Amino acid sequence: MISRKHILGGLFALLAAGAALAAGADLGETQKQATNWTAIVMFAIFVGATLFITKWAAGKTKSAADFYTAGGGITGFQNGLAIAGDYMSAASFLGISGLVFANGFDGLIFSIGWLVGWPVITFLMAERLRNLGKFTFADVASYRFSQTPVRTFAATGSLVVVAFYMIAQMVGAGQLIKVLFGLEYIYAVIMVGIIMMAYVLFGGMTATTWVQIIKAVMLLCGATFMALAVLFQFGFNPEALFAKAVEVHAKKDAIMAPGALIKDPISAISVGMALMFGTAGLPHILMRFFTVPNAKEARKSVAWATTWIGYFYILTFIIGFGAIVNLVQNPGEFYVGGEIAKGLKGGGNMAAVHLAKAVGGDLFLGFISAVAFATILAVVAGLTLSGASAVSHDLYASVFRKGCSSEDELRVSKITTLALGVLAVVLGIAFEKENVAYMVMLAFAIACSANFPVLFMSVLWKNCTTKGAVTGGFVGLFMSVILTVGSANVWEAVLHNPKGSAWFPYNSPAIFSMSAAFFTIWLVSILDNSAQAKKERELYADQLIRSETGIGASTASAH
Amino acid sequence: MSQLHSEHYERIRSNPRFQSLVAKRNGYAFIMTALMMFAYYGYILLIAFDKEGLAVKLGEGMVTSVGIPLGLGVIVFTIIITAIYVKRANTEFDAEAAEILKEAQK
Repeated sequence: MISRKHILGGLFALLAAGAALAAGADLGETQKQATNWTAIVMFAIFVGATLFITKWAAGKTKSAADFYTAGGGITGFQNGLAIAGDYMSAASFLGISGLVFANGFDGLIFSIGWLVGWPVITFLMAERLRNLGKFTFADVASYRFSQTPVRTFAATGSLVVVAFYMIAQMVGAGQLIKVLFGLEYIYAVIMVGIIMMAYVLFGGMTATTWVQIIKAVMLLCGATFMALAVLFQFGFNPEALFAKAVEVHAKKDAIMAPGALIKDPISAISVGMALMFGTAGLPHILMRFFTVPNAKEARKSVAWATTWIGYFYILTFIIGFGAIVNLVQNPGEFYVGGEIAKGLKGGGNMAAVHLAKAVGGDLFLGFISAVAFATILAVVAGLTLSGASAVSHDLYASVFRKGCSSEDELRVSKITTLALGVLAVVLGIAFEKENVAYMVMLAFAIACSANFPVLFMSVLWKNCTTKGAVTGGFVGLFMSVILTVGSANVWEAVLHNPKGSAWFPYNSPAIFSMSAAFFTIWLVSILDNSAQAKKERELYADQLIRSETGIGASTASAH
Repeated sequence: MSQLHSEHYERIRSNPRFQSLVAKRNGYAFIMTALMMFAYYGYILLIAFDKEGLAVKLGEGMVTSVGIPLGLGVIVFTIIITAIYVKRANTEFDAEAAEILKEAQK
């Protein structure tokens, strides 16, 4: 037990020291708690209700278009909530409130980073994606290019991002179930795998969308209640809340000022770039823009998504401070051995969960625990769907079996869903004891260094060519992976090389790998004088007309 | 590409209103992106280089530091700047695009 506590303490210190700015997105290793039946029953109700919806959605999922995009009939408001549900992970709810609980101010810096990618998507991507694409972002990136190489690249970029994101979610699910429900790690991994396969396999995008909407509403309602309860204790005066927090927190006034989270400006900017532009390269997020009928609704989706996600991060800040002032009042209930110095029961990420009990009793604790776990289901369902579409739509239907029927494509996407589900469970089990803190950040780094530059240049730069896009995309992909391996978060923390031996000194490769990708796309494109390149440049004019006016854009299928 | 289709596209392409719409919207989108980057990286650099400045208290005898409303301000700014762009794009730009498409139908 001692050694496990040491690991926890070590992880926590790592997080607090800001050695890994991204560590807050990871739930770390947890200890199994007593079985929480209220939470299990509430979670079972959620699963029951969402499976019922899946049954309804299954009746509506007949074509490939239904499967990938819910027939394109989701409204902007609904899609905004679904995007928020897709994006607000258990790690951002528990991790950020836990970071605020431990360090105060620094948690705020973290949550801002996770939000600023949304305006970039709005200004540069949303309407163009909707106007040019049909099912996947590869439709957009390959619009005027040679299909096979660009689709192969885009599918690779999507699958690698999905894989890292997925492992982090599965391991998070296993760790969470131990503290939230008091069940074994392996139950969580298998259960998440099966339920997510049921959603995606039978209900496709329609079921996934509604699971994400319901989860977003539950999470937003639960977090709002907690924040209001905390503010109510202080007469809705934040100054009074902060004053009390400073009084009781071990770090005293330091929680009101930036701490060690940002140590060198290059790392800070690099992490900021990964978050800001990586969001615009996440395949499961980009895919959501094809579920709405037109560009107008696509824009509305991001406006709503940004509003909900921003609001949610403000709530997590209040919740973190609420946990500081509430939990110390009852150390016997919330701290290991009743001693504050020993840390929270279940680890530092449990601050929000304990606060739920403090302000709402056992029933509300059950609700928040169920919501935190349900959150993972909504995220993995979206990931699986985008992984399946990368294989079936981008690789199978556009590269290996060109011109196959819609039924054939749908069949392949379902087989892929099954395969991805099994793979997710296997990886979840394989990585149980591994440190996966770097994985979400790596997914963002790849998204911003590979997917985003290719998408951006193909849509906005006339002279971009197939060769340029594919070469630059792969340069960004490999560079972001290699540099991440060389950073302390992987080289030392995962590969167990001696401390100080990491050969890449920054927290994120984005500033280098994204620049390299853009530079390579530019250089290879301008040097490309082939007849093919000439044709691709000529096609830009037509692409521009469609991306700017929406003429000829794929429309919602009749329902 | 059919003959009819390409004529239709040609009319849109040669319409000066189309060119000006593209220039206007792209210019607007890049300015908004630059503003967002300025707000975010400005805040990050402030944290990197002026931690003391952000730790200054809002008022005499208060505990709330300047950095907190500034940080929450960046979140609110993000929401507002997105809403402003969407509002303009969904009304002004869309109406113009619709008119351009209508002119090309003639």
